[in-house]
Amino acid sequence: MTVSGTAPAAAGAEALERYEPVIGIEVHCRLRTASKMFCACSADFDGAAPNSHVCPVCLGLPGALPVINRRAVELVLATGLAIEASVPPATRWDRKNYFYPDLPKGYQISQYDLPLASDGRLTVETPAGPFTIRIRRAHLEEDTARLIHATRQDGRSVSLVDYNRSGAPLMEIVTEPDLRTAEQARRYAEELQLLLRTIGASDADMERGQLRVEANVSLRPHGEEAFGTRVEIKNMNSFRSVERAIGTEIERQAAALDAGEAIVQQTRGWDETRGATYVMRVKESSDDYRYFPEPDLPPLHVDATWLDGIRAGLTELPAARRQRYRDALGLSSYDAAVIVADPDATGLFETTLAAAGGLEPRTVSTWVAGEYLGLRNRSGTPIAVDPADLAHLVRQVADGAISRANGREILALHVATGESAAGLIAARGLRQISDAGAVGAAADDVLAANPQAVADFRAGKQQAVGFLVGQVMKATRGQANAAIARAALLERLETGV
Amino acid sequence: MSGATRPPEELVRLPGHAMATALHAREVSSRELTEAHLAVAERQNPALNAWLTLDRDGALAAADEADRRLAAAGSEAGAAGTAGAPGIGDLHPLFGLPVALKDLVSMAGGQCTAGSRILSGYVAPYDAHITERLRALGAVILGKTNMDEFAMGSSTEHSAFGPTANPWALGRVPGGSSGGSATAVAAYHAPFSIGTDTGGSIRQPAALTGIVGLKPTYGRVSRYGIVAFASSLDQIGPFGRDVRDAAALLHAVAGRDARDSTSAPIPVPDELLALPDDEKAAGSLRGKRLGLPREYFVAGMEPGVEARVREAVAALEAAGATVEEVSLPHTDYGLATYYIVAPAEASANLARYDGIRYGPRRGEGDTLGNYLRTRGEGFGAEVKRRIMLGTYALSAGYYDAYYLKAQKVRTLIKADFDTLFDAGFDALVAPTSPTVAFPFGARMADPVSMYLSDACTLPVNMAGLPGLSIPCGLSDGLPVGLQLIGPAWSELELFRLGRGYEAITADADWRRLEPAELVLADDPATPSPMERVAAGAAR
Repeated sequence: MTVSGTAPAAAGAEALERYEPVIGIEVHCRLRTASKMFCACSADFDGAAPNSHVCPVCLGLPGALPVINRRAVELVLATGLAIEASVPPATRWDRKNYFYPDLPKGYQISQYDLPLASDGRLTVETPAGPFTIRIRRAHLEEDTARLIHATRQDGRSVSLVDYNRSGAPLMEIVTEPDLRTAEQARRYAEELQLLLRTIGASDADMERGQLRVEANVSLRPHGEEAFGTRVEIKNMNSFRSVERAIGTEIERQAAALDAGEAIVQQTRGWDETRGATYVMRVKESSDDYRYFPEPDLPPLHVDATWLDGIRAGLTELPAARRQRYRDALGLSSYDAAVIVADPDATGLFETTLAAAGGLEPRTVSTWVAGEYLGLRNRSGTPIAVDPADLAHLVRQVADGAISRANGREILALHVATGESAAGLIAARGLRQISDAGAVGAAADDVLAANPQAVADFRAGKQQAVGFLVGQVMKATRGQANAAIARAALLERLETGV
Repeated sequence: MSGATRPPEELVRLPGHAMATALHAREVSSRELTEAHLAVAERQNPALNAWLTLDRDGALAAADEADRRLAAAGSEAGAAGTAGAPGIGDLHPLFGLPVALKDLVSMAGGQCTAGSRILSGYVAPYDAHITERLRALGAVILGKTNMDEFAMGSSTEHSAFGPTANPWALGRVPGGSSGGSATAVAAYHAPFSIGTDTGGSIRQPAALTGIVGLKPTYGRVSRYGIVAFASSLDQIGPFGRDVRDAAALLHAVAGRDARDSTSAPIPVPDELLALPDDEKAAGSLRGKRLGLPREYFVAGMEPGVEARVREAVAALEAAGATVEEVSLPHTDYGLATYYIVAPAEASANLARYDGIRYGPRRGEGDTLGNYLRTRGEGFGAEVKRRIMLGTYALSAGYYDAYYLKAQKVRTLIKADFDTLFDAGFDALVAPTSPTVAFPFGARMADPVSMYLSDACTLPVNMAGLPGLSIPCGLSDGLPVGLQLIGPAWSELELFRLGRGYEAITADADWRRLEPAELVLADDPATPSPMERVAAGAAR
């Protein structure tokens, strides 16, 4: 996740001059539980052979009955607390009735009018300032089976059903239609993912289907209060596609409205390669799911003690952590956002800070936000940095014992070899040269070799000194203390030696 | 073994508790008992159609296992000083004895049709909770019995596999939906059988076949593994030819099961296995306060039924109980609300029968086409009627007016009962069914007339209470049932009252009668119920 990313910020921008988009987001996320929602089957079925994680309950066999997974309830309650939602003293489950081959009972056990969490909010920070999205509800339900469409050897196409996913616990989180741009929608989804990961509710990996984002998009003329006809967008498999798909849909609707056409209520899918949405289903009337209270499950009472225990177990939430990093530790807003957005970076920052007693948090944060994440993002896989080594390195640079450039190199070597930072510094002879005599000698050589730069400086081009410092660094293989080199050069240039 | 001294016909006529005594004393083996029951069941099933499957091999294997355990326990008991080994005294009264299961109870490896074509070919891969319990205590499961499709009906005529005949009159229904289980016990095919009761499906067939049947308190018996009809009303319960046997079977299957979230953590009293003898039981009626709900003597009640029930009430009073006429004012709404709540839940419970995973799949077209053909051909008329009723009642715009309103009325019906029990009544006494067994076809053309069969039983399901039906005589040669309704978890008290009534009527002439047409059922020339229905339709 890149907080600074400005990728397709222009998506839908032109249409925004004429219309105000109204966007609501619905997220389904797989909860991190050991077992499924209503049975004891393992929920760890990613990559497992089809139909290897099944039992009478999740197959919907005649006579099977559901039993509530307490852990799943707790994860939704934790989410509710984290989004400042209200939790009803009693909740219940309802049956949502519809026929589909991936739904073994012919109904989904979901929550209708008494969700586990309602009326919450999430504040998202952006370079343009924070905005708050109201969250209508978060509820707990079961996932469906997975359909696989295949062609048999005889050429006949068949649909196969894999029930491993059937009955996995899902949390559905629905916002109010508070979002106004595609970028806001992406940022909300990113912040929600971060929140869910931070509290351990979900791994929330979009590519693995653990976080599914759907958007409802409508347009209305600026100043108009009534909502336009909304279109639902599905199949957005990354944060980038969330922003692109919504931006594209805003443009499509704007073009239609400009042409005097009516928007048709429908569900559209996002085609990532074509960069366009397509019609999946036209809704002529609203579905009638014939919800009614699930008679196989008694109402669930959420008592204060239970809720207090969950509240006590909550870790520091991203918003609070960002604020602490800024206000108490003095980090820049940028560093705070970048580090908090990444659980690995957060962990490294906290442990390095602890190992580096006395170092300025701000000094450590620039290394984590800059050098560490740079290395990590270039490698594309998680990398291991020992906090004690990073602390040593940061201290060496801060004390002027080695240059920042060499410190960066040592970090890369530490990641690549696993060797200690101190050992690498010693082995490479990278101790910084701060001795005025040695640096002065190098400065003399550089000045002699670069008469044009010397002439430029004397003609008033101050920036020529930067080039000369660079040459001193090059001549000393980066070991010279840049500040001392600069002072030595200026002294010589100004005294005309 | 002295079992050979008793002919099979005599063995099967013993009460279950007497079979247990003989078994424990090793006067008879479980195999002999099992063979005797299988022989009668196999001989009579063409005429009665009580069984959908008889598992001769499985039953005999279970019987032999019981005999082995019994022999081991007996030799242990003979050897001095062997502590810890289970002795004969620890055996459950169901141990080694035959039991019949209604064909909606899952039994691993066995068919489980729920009386429906849509489940033909489905083999349950797991045991219901009660099947596990019965197996664990050594009972011998003989097979699966006929029933109205998905337990929807009051005559067993709605079975996809033909109706069951009443052994008292082969041209009449045994009641339903658990008609196969009731007939199996009434006709001595098994001393015990399991039924389910959603609106009267245990009590009404018990009444119509002259045996004892209990609908337990909702939550008393785990529903895990029982094909669901209406989840908030379904309860599993026992049939027996006397109160003791029914109580013993309840004891075997009742109790908390974590796999059914609606099963209650209420202890099951062991006194169910130690009901009082006649003298004590008769004496215990003294001082009991019974209510006689006037709304249960409904229009359409047969005079003979009312007469038997009022005679039973008089007998209870004569034994020292006080009986007061009481009112359950919302009784009239019972039928209407039941026929909203039960079909609504059923419409969802039966959605899974879509031909995707089990049952015959029909159609070769699109998914919707497959659903329509599979369900259109797989379900019978009554089931379709209830699915439509329930789907309608839950539809947007109708939910509040029907389902929600019905749930509120349900609360009022329950409050009616609570008021009386809070006022100190030990139990209510009522007829079980307004009529005796009716002829095949009599109510098939008019669903509401069939629904009225349950007018006296379904309010008890709506309130989640236990209801016991015990025989109280004959009307026109057909059995009449007396219903005892108690507060939640009062099964033991109901059985004690039932024992009391058995004791004070022990010498009644009707107690010595057995189903009048059993002799006909033995005759291979007797037409099957299907042939009778076909002949009746032709007339």
